[in-house]
Amino acid sequence: MNKVLAHSDVIDQLSNNMTIGIGGWGARRKPMSLVRAICQSELKDLTVVSYGGPDVGLLCAHKKVKKLIFGFVSLDMIPLEAHFRQARQNNEIEVMELDEGMVQWGLRAAAMNLPFLPTRVGLGTDVLKNSPDIEFVTSPYADKEKLVAMPALKLDAALLHVNKSDEKGNTQIIGPDPFFDELFARAADKTYVSSEEVLSTKDLGGKQGAIFNRFERSLVAGVVHSPCGAHPTSCAPNYGFDLGHLKEYSAAAKSFEDYRSKYLNLTPEEYIDSVGGSEVIQNIPLPQF
Amino acid sequence: MTNSPSLSEICISSASKAWEGDGEILATGIGLIPRIAAGLAKLTLNQDLMMTDGETYLISQPAPMGKRDSSQDQIEGYMNYSRVFENLWGGKRHAMVTPTQIDSFGQTNISAIGEYTSPKVQLLGVRGFPGNSINHKNSIFIPNHSVKTFVEGEVDMVSGMGYKNKDLSNGKFEIKLVVTNLGVFDFNGKDNTFQLLSLHPGVSTDDVIENTGFQVSIKSDSTTPMPSSEELALIREVLDPQNIRNSIFGE
Repeated sequence: MNKVLAHSDVIDQLSNNMTIGIGGWGARRKPMSLVRAICQSELKDLTVVSYGGPDVGLLCAHKKVKKLIFGFVSLDMIPLEAHFRQARQNNEIEVMELDEGMVQWGLRAAAMNLPFLPTRVGLGTDVLKNSPDIEFVTSPYADKEKLVAMPALKLDAALLHVNKSDEKGNTQIIGPDPFFDELFARAADKTYVSSEEVLSTKDLGGKQGAIFNRFERSLVAGVVHSPCGAHPTSCAPNYGFDLGHLKEYSAAAKSFEDYRSKYLNLTPEEYIDSVGGSEVIQNIPLPQF
Repeated sequence: MTNSPSLSEICISSASKAWEGDGEILATGIGLIPRIAAGLAKLTLNQDLMMTDGETYLISQPAPMGKRDSSQDQIEGYMNYSRVFENLWGGKRHAMVTPTQIDSFGQTNISAIGEYTSPKVQLLGVRGFPGNSINHKNSIFIPNHSVKTFVEGEVDMVSGMGYKNKDLSNGKFEIKLVVTNLGVFDFNGKDNTFQLLSLHPGVSTDDVIENTGFQVSIKSDSTTPMPSSEELALIREVLDPQNIRNSIFGE
């Protein structure tokens, strides 16, 4: 079994109008090399589900997003995401804005092949007013409480970035917080991971390493070897986020063409060189919150 | 640094009182002043509070602001985002947050200003506000008390629910305390109206009324108690030795 693919192979397996979930959180462990590959492709009219960071911003800047399903879009140390803001303020994208936990609940429902999961979250807020398609359910028990029926967020594909993988799709997220990547993988028909390292199975660390195996390989359709592939987001414990680059990226919302021609018309290897090379990235200290 | 307390120190001391009597719950202070205040609460009023390092681990002592040697943190547990959600759905948390807008119902907004389909100003998104507000106690810190933050009518996008919908929360909704640059408030006036509890030094009730877009009840116009010498020592030497707090008001 060998699931190793090139970035372009993953793009070939995606199509217009797909619903694509992107793992990570804000400016942390985003599959940015795969996102950049989408930006370079002909793909369009995507529905994107994300705990959003520069993944969402870049896709918005490239007009790839038809609809965004999100709880927030932020670059952590830079709280507001300039490209996403621009897309929203210019009314360029549809949105389904949800509580962070509702996103999790929707992914979990999809992961469990359920049509919805009940929750109180969202009641009394404009989340429900702005997404009138979200329905309610009444508890069949004595309390008869009216609850939100958070619909399953079924994904055609999930894109994740991990620290280690083997050719079979056994992955490891070593960073202290795996975020909700497991649920993205379970909610998706096909999950593609980019990985800092692609190793032989015997080099995955045995029982100690397996603790970091957050979901099983049967969920993984493809593995892309992508050293520093999360740049400019962080990939703990390998490297922190590149604040200087994130500032340059944010400032580019005013005139995106310069940034695009400087960083987006490159192969993944050329991109890493353009931002200082892998050694420089590997030495970016982890952020302290 | 002078010995007299700064406005940020007065706010930190006032805000720390929010967690008094909360017992063994997760205290989350989001932003500089709320985070120092939560730490002060743990060191003075409620040592049972649980607190994170700002990221993934529960630690025994509040993490000081600014760069620190995190290898010195006494880690006692794990609190990744998934577990934060599980914890908050169970209600054992009290967060202090800084919304962009708040209204007379205690509804809050961090999503967008203006018309929703093409906002004048897109903010973060609702984040965890819907879930936080309906599942556990929250308090609020506002550094710029004005009619733009305390808005007339309703907030532009209701991100956190308010008192008018409290019956939907299974008894969990509460705004415990509101601390601003002008004074200390809560929503415990008649029918949960917003009320003044104390004024910071040099602030008048007229200042509060002029800068609030809805009616304020005056429960007390006394002066906010000054931080004790113990509190000042903890703020200055333990919780924020690099004096990052005073950047909030440009002190």
